Amino acid sequence: MDMIEIVQQLEAENMIYILTVFILAIFVGNEIISKVPHTLHTPLMSGSNAISGIAVVGAIIATKEGGGLGTWFGLIAVIFATVNVVGGFMVTDRMLKMFKRK
Amino acid sequence: MEYTNIAYVFAAILFILGIKRLSSPKTARSGNTVASMGMLIAIVATLVSFDLLDFQTIAIGMIIGTIIGAFFAIKVDMTQMPQMVAIFNGFGGGASALVAAAEYLNPANPSTFNSATIAISVFVGTLTFTGSFIAFGKLQGFVSGRPIVFTGQKLLNALIAISLVFLGTYSVIGGETDSYFYGLVALSALIGITLTIPIGGADMPVVISLLNSYSGVAAAATGFVLMNNGLIIAGALVGASGLILTKIMCKGMNRSLANVIFGAVGLKQVTPSGDEKQIQVKSASTEEVAMILESAEKIIIVPGYGLAVAQAQHALREVADFLEKMGKKVLYAIHPVAGRMPGHMNVLLAEANVPYEQLLDLEQVNPEFETCDVAIVLGANDVVNPAARHDTSSPIYGMPILDVDKAKTVLVNKRTMNPGFAGIQNELFGFDNTLMVFGDAKAVLLDLHKDLKEL
Repeated sequence: MDMIEIVQQLEAENMIYILTVFILAIFVGNEIISKVPHTLHTPLMSGSNAISGIAVVGAIIATKEGGGLGTWFGLIAVIFATVNVVGGFMVTDRMLKMFKRK
Repeated sequence: MEYTNIAYVFAAILFILGIKRLSSPKTARSGNTVASMGMLIAIVATLVSFDLLDFQTIAIGMIIGTIIGAFFAIKVDMTQMPQMVAIFNGFGGGASALVAAAEYLNPANPSTFNSATIAISVFVGTLTFTGSFIAFGKLQGFVSGRPIVFTGQKLLNALIAISLVFLGTYSVIGGETDSYFYGLVALSALIGITLTIPIGGADMPVVISLLNSYSGVAAAATGFVLMNNGLIIAGALVGASGLILTKIMCKGMNRSLANVIFGAVGLKQVTPSGDEKQIQVKSASTEEVAMILESAEKIIIVPGYGLAVAQAQHALREVADFLEKMGKKVLYAIHPVAGRMPGHMNVLLAEANVPYEQLLDLEQVNPEFETCDVAIVLGANDVVNPAARHDTSSPIYGMPILDVDKAKTVLVNKRTMNPGFAGIQNELFGFDNTLMVFGDAKAVLLDLHKDLKEL
């Protein structure tokens, strides 16, 4: 087996591995989110909004890539994703604070 | 790198545990904190373990983002939550698309798989970005809330879709030139707009839920680009969440997703045909309403978005509190599509200090109407229209409704006799056990509170 074949095989294994992670995560998501009651669906949405701000991780990594336009993209991506994370978690907390029992 | 991936898995576990705690209002707030800890871990792990990061750029971006995010989170009115979620969906999608674009410009590990995931990520992310801004504009009133349609619209969308497939394919296998990639970005942005403008204001809850799902899909796709577990798992969770909420909203309106996206409902004004009989209604004053409520034992309140528009939630809670002090049982019936996004009405009532145990879902509350003395409908219309149960020619036929007509007496507050979103008359208003109370919801409730005190 030459070098290229090894790399290709590793890549294929990686692909299958991350696809597995993705599919399992969808099943877990389905399971836990179906259990969220109607009354909390707005906080669920703003909270999951904050979680989709995980793109901030990608944005941080993007800042290193080669400079130039890519760095600018990284900067704007960091801003967008941070707005999502900070705003999302804060507003969700603000809402959930209001849900009181008698 | 090993440690980073372990940190991402740990962050993902915290996201899952956080969402799990959202299964009850008692634990929900701590769940949000748990999820935010997960995010902190993911960010710190990324900052410490990658080489050559541009910390100055990151710091500037995070400071700006934090200021904007915190400002929105503190300032936003609860009635404006749909707009805020819409615009945040857009930011999420935009961030994912930008990360993928940066990767396209400076690929770390180029392969066909990598290019293909970049194309998908850029497509979904950009579409989410522009679509969310149109949705935001519609909710905020910058863009007409009515469906915007023109001849050849579907043909145009089909053409854009076909071009997208071509551009996507060529940007993966096309080789040297960047123009396919930029074409892909431009058309993805365009289709986000053309798919959102024909959707009417009343269907916005479905659209926001769907865009929420897309923002997750975009993050997951970016995860595939970077081969990053954290993004893939978090993105999949959000994607699943948005999709479940979309399904619930569609079910609440008895419409298919395709019908919402392509149907342009709310455009046609349904003109009453000649043989349709004019509905005869009986109206009542707030004094009369107070007397009816005095002799009632069990009262169910049906709040609609009209209540929130009139800013009458607090006035309502005061009336409800007073009725409880008089020894009456008071419940609230919340239709799945009450408000402008999933669960919106619950948040609006929670803000007015209505305890969440009193808020019942459609399935929970419908059996209660038969044993209830008075149902009070405030600013809701289509969701209490009995035609949905029996009139096969009605546009809302088959939509699950709140069975208020089964209550002994139904009190309906409306400003005028204007029909609801679906543009149809509501036969409920003419029923023998229905009394109309005309006027602004807030004014009516304040008068009613006064009249109840004077009994």
